[in-house]
Amino acid sequence: MTAPADTVDARSSAPGHFGPYGGRFVPEALMAALDQLEEAFDAACTDPDFARELADLEKDYTGRPSPLTRAARFERECGGARIYFKREDLNHTGSHKINNVLGQALLAARMGKARIIAETGAGQHGVASATAAALMGLECVVYMGKEDTQRQALNVARMQLLGATVIPVETGSQTLKDAINEAMRDWVTNVATTHYLLGTVTGPSPFPRIVRHFHSVIGRETREQILEIEGRLPDAAVACVGGGSNAMGLFSAFLDDPEVRLVGYEAGGEGVESGRHAARFAMGAPGVLHGARTYVMQDEWGQTIPSHSISAGLDYPGVGPEHAWLHDSGRATYEPVTDAEAMEAFSIVSRTEGILPAIETAHALAGAMRLGRELGPDAVIVINLSGRGDKDVETAARWFGIDTA
Amino acid sequence: MNPRTAAVFDAARTQQRSALIGYLPAGFPTVDDSVEIFQTMLDSGVDLLEVGLPYSDPLMDGPAIQESVEIALECGVTTADVLSVVDRLTPAEGQAVYVMSYWNPIERFGVQKFADELAAAGGSGVITPDLTPEEADAWIEVTDAVGIDRTFLVAPSSTDARIDIVSSATTGFVYAASTMGVTGTRDTVSDAAPQLVSRVRERTRQPIGVGLGVSTAEQAASIAGYADGVIVGSAFIRRVLDAKSSAEATAEVGRFAAELREGVGRSTHLSEPDA
Repeated sequence: MTAPADTVDARSSAPGHFGPYGGRFVPEALMAALDQLEEAFDAACTDPDFARELADLEKDYTGRPSPLTRAARFERECGGARIYFKREDLNHTGSHKINNVLGQALLAARMGKARIIAETGAGQHGVASATAAALMGLECVVYMGKEDTQRQALNVARMQLLGATVIPVETGSQTLKDAINEAMRDWVTNVATTHYLLGTVTGPSPFPRIVRHFHSVIGRETREQILEIEGRLPDAAVACVGGGSNAMGLFSAFLDDPEVRLVGYEAGGEGVESGRHAARFAMGAPGVLHGARTYVMQDEWGQTIPSHSISAGLDYPGVGPEHAWLHDSGRATYEPVTDAEAMEAFSIVSRTEGILPAIETAHALAGAMRLGRELGPDAVIVINLSGRGDKDVETAARWFGIDTA
Repeated sequence: MNPRTAAVFDAARTQQRSALIGYLPAGFPTVDDSVEIFQTMLDSGVDLLEVGLPYSDPLMDGPAIQESVEIALECGVTTADVLSVVDRLTPAEGQAVYVMSYWNPIERFGVQKFADELAAAGGSGVITPDLTPEEADAWIEVTDAVGIDRTFLVAPSSTDARIDIVSSATTGFVYAASTMGVTGTRDTVSDAAPQLVSRVRERTRQPIGVGLGVSTAEQAASIAGYADGVIVGSAFIRRVLDAKSSAEATAEVGRFAAELREGVGRSTHLSEPDA
């Protein structure tokens, strides 16, 4: 494992910040735990035993490295640009989420914390956390909005089968943001025995840095693979952005290569003008949510506006603070993709490549179709295929009018 | 220190008791009702009032405050309403009105504008439970210039180094969260509270208020034995939630405030003035 070089951190104002973003906006009671976590993480990063243990898990349990697959038939839909999928969907548990939970579960064990808690929206991070907890013999409690537990009943069952306790959250909008509030409340109460296994590059420092680090394996592998196949860096690396962990993992390997365009696709929902979306960059403003300063969907009084997306994994009113900084600095760009555009791409990729992508991922695929037409046939584009779509079959069947009864 | 805050703690010290600090969200159950309830709290013996600014994501709060804040937000209460509530209150000599708010609504309203308008409304200070001194440069500058107090929090997990950071950034009083957890009533106030207060006391001369979990006059009396202020929130809210009418809510809150006020004066105040 390479040390957490923090190329972006180094350029920004203060430790734990990305330009004006990030930081720690938390109750004082959590400050000691965040310090402890930061210390444990920094120590782990320079410990060859930790690196070896994680590398072994990535290889033998997750199944890394994940392939970089040329998408020859899908390319025709993208103006002929050469398209590659980074196959995080082939990881154990079916998405990139496993990279982060294995790393953080090892950290929890190092800190002597035998209980982990996690928030989940669609259930992917909850399932991954329950998986890591089962593997390492940790107690696992997952907070999930009540509405989400009903929409994603199968994932609730998966978590329970893996031995986790799922607590439906009935406060607020009963979705991911409220699950995070509730997880924070649990953490502040049980912080001595409990690690909060946060699932994306959001939250107070050092979480964005930790989660980015454990996903940076995506970018490192991609870089090596594309250099081997194409003999050069890609013209663009793209990913969907909810909290932004899969995007950050991919982007992290190309931040210092200005010739590689970095594009994140956020959920445009029913269209940004409809008000029903999760387009934080298109429609949000800088603010503070869940412990960090970042772009937030908020009203004129600073109250959080509930987000909307057909994809539960992108349905979040905040975004990782490093993305906020990459946005403002111009290093990465972010564009909304609507539910309808994402579902069209979902269908096209299913039929041209034989891959059912997660609906989250389908936002990046739709974005790549736009970008490919813009860049033309000589371009090379890498898309983070962040998750598989098995969990979305019911939603997709409903969208396309397929009878599943 | 804002002169009104100073007067609160001076008066309590002179009377050899702790100050009673009471919290309710503004706009709960309605803006007008909350003005009446707040004024009743002041008239019934609350020395320092915390007017809560309702926020959509109150991650440090337990069920009672969450419920009350949701009610207030559903009624459409805004930051401007909260400031108008402060403006409509008439604290007596020796009483002060603070706002308690999560950080985002203040930042969104404008840090300078919020401080200016709060001062103009007669407010004396602001408690910010999710703002740590490390992130508060602009806030410290503005509140110093405007002359309103800013309270940061300490917790049982705070190291001595952090207690120094928090207490040196605080003006007015230091808020000691008595327990690791969220707001809400508890049968017993944690053992951690007296220990935390004595650790803070060793490192600062600022008054110290103890909150989280205080729900009876007995608990208030026991905290008054070692703290300069006793903070009660959820137990007030419970009374408003349980009342069948706004008149009953106001009466219950007034009665409870008087009980607590008796409690904070019961035990001899142990801390030495400016020891």
